[in-house]
Amino acid sequence: MKLNEQLDATFFALSDPTRRAILGRLAEGEASVSELAAPFRMSQPAISKHLKVLERAGLVSVGQDGQRRPRRLETEPLAAATEWIEHYREVWETNFQRLDELLEELQTRDHAREDG
Amino acid sequence: MQQQGAQVSMPNDREVEVTRTFRAPRTLVYEAYTKPELVQQWLLGPPGWTMPVCEMDVRVGGRFRWRWRSEEDGKEFGFEGEYLDVQPATLLRNTESFDSGDIGGSMGEKPAMVTVRFHERNGTTTLTTLIEYASKQDRDAAVSTGMTDGMESSYKLLDDVLAERPVQRKPI
Repeated sequence: MKLNEQLDATFFALSDPTRRAILGRLAEGEASVSELAAPFRMSQPAISKHLKVLERAGLVSVGQDGQRRPRRLETEPLAAATEWIEHYREVWETNFQRLDELLEELQTRDHAREDG
Repeated sequence: MQQQGAQVSMPNDREVEVTRTFRAPRTLVYEAYTKPELVQQWLLGPPGWTMPVCEMDVRVGGRFRWRWRSEEDGKEFGFEGEYLDVQPATLLRNTESFDSGDIGGSMGEKPAMVTVRFHERNGTTTLTTLIEYASKQDRDAAVSTGMTDGMESSYKLLDDVLAERPVQRKPI
């Protein structure tokens, strides 16, 4: 998947509260579909549908443990999404820190004028 | 008061919003934002870039032209646009087009729409910049700008996007 498509899939997957709750649960450890469905008052097929979206985004993987097929959290796409925005943020922040300094100078100037 | 760093959010598919608080009254923040000789002192982006061109005719229908130059290799690029709404110390709205100059890359054919709001509370000014791109693709290209360097990336994903669409640093 290209970065843009990967980010789209990640952000889409995160846009739903049920899917975010599933990720929250998986952050505590792997779980089966029925275990994941239990707290949601949702049918297993409904949960499976959400899981498909999460799997497509690479946020959830399916393990193999005998008869069980536990779901696991995969954090790499989250890190990619965070870094994508974080880099952009840092470029702005670099400028804004220079603006902080400039504003301080301007305020000193204005105060000097008032005092003078 | 503890100062917070810039915050970035994406209200929808085509927009990006950047919010930052400054310990100064909004009249002063507005001044630093609209006087070319002041803008040139801070709107520089990453280290190694200077801003040799900063022309701003801040009135409705007036235009601005910003151009940066790399001290390392002399390459240039810029932004330009037209002011659509000017409310001193309160709001600026302008179009913004990317001029890729020597560095290549694209942020789309159609200009982005930029709205800057200045809101003061207890002597502290919150600056909110909303940039609305013509498409989601344009926005993602703009936000991805600068990921080509300055970052030791192990992401193969990143190589993919660079191969697909060359993008460059945007210093604001």
